[in-house]
Amino acid sequence: MNRLPLEGKVLKENDRIALELRERYAAHGVLCLNLVSSPGSGKTSLLERTLEHWPAGERVAVLTGDIQTENDAQRLRRFGFPVKQITTGGTCHLDARMIQRALEDWRLEDLDLLLVENVGNLVCPSSYDLGEAAKVVVLSVTEGEDKPLKYPSMFFKSELMVLNKTDLLPYVPFVVEKAIENAQRVHPQMEVLKVSCLKGDGLPQWMQWLKRRRDTFLTTLPASANRS
Amino acid sequence: MHELGIAHEVLEAVRKEATRLNGQRPTKVGVRIGELAAVDPEALHFCFDALVQETGLAPLELEIEFCPRRHRCPQCNEVFAVVDYAVACPRCGNPRTEFVSGDELELAYLEVSDYEPLATGR
Repeated sequence: MNRLPLEGKVLKENDRIALELRERYAAHGVLCLNLVSSPGSGKTSLLERTLEHWPAGERVAVLTGDIQTENDAQRLRRFGFPVKQITTGGTCHLDARMIQRALEDWRLEDLDLLLVENVGNLVCPSSYDLGEAAKVVVLSVTEGEDKPLKYPSMFFKSELMVLNKTDLLPYVPFVVEKAIENAQRVHPQMEVLKVSCLKGDGLPQWMQWLKRRRDTFLTTLPASANRS
Repeated sequence: MHELGIAHEVLEAVRKEATRLNGQRPTKVGVRIGELAAVDPEALHFCFDALVQETGLAPLELEIEFCPRRHRCPQCNEVFAVVDYAVACPRCGNPRTEFVSGDELELAYLEVSDYEPLATGR
């Protein structure tokens, strides 16, 4: 019996495509964010509010993933920005190849920001790099404060936690401080924003975060990158 | 339930490696899975055992090395396993330590037998 070393990541084909995407985003100065959460936390609502407040003519696009239906893309198209639905047909996460295919007929040079809404699932999407600059995890106050401890991988890999549905705080036993403490136990550097997509609280801070994050992203690019 | 896709990728890697083996037979494949990889070892075993039957690689065993989350203390250089999310340095108490490993989803090794020819060239 012989033991031969095997090299590389199990998902190396996905990672290879993700790296290609990351290089394309960098070449065109496109900040790509991967929005993740459990089903019903408000990813689509957050995107609706984002597009609603986004200055017309500025360059944002959305890829939205679901197992079935075009519903989310229909909700998001009315704001006039490019939106494409990815239906996975049963798969519980988006992978880099789905993103690559969805982008085939889009010109990245026409974009500054690409928002990817993953399938609602706090487990599987955390294993698949989509070439994004950062993951943003949405947690709503109708869920448990211990979600970050139950699903540490996703919270560990996310740069920002958006705590959504804060308008419901008077009616639910959710303790905001506890949720933030749990998220930061898993990921000590986790940034947190509290928003209500329904009432609008915290949305200006979210829009500022997006702008700041794109500025930071641009500073990481080599000077040769096309930032127009 | 993305363990099915992961099991498929592991078997693909073995299949590719097997074509280079000159008739030796793969008997066991080792993978490293970190506690932050969001992969359930039991589900992966289940999916692997189901899929391997379809590949012509059976009997092939899967061995999972589970890797705990490890941090390093930038002050005293202590490297330690993080238990129950306690990231402070156990040696000097520094609360700000750096992630080192624990999100692995990696191929580790392939064990091959010298004596049995490969059952199929698929």
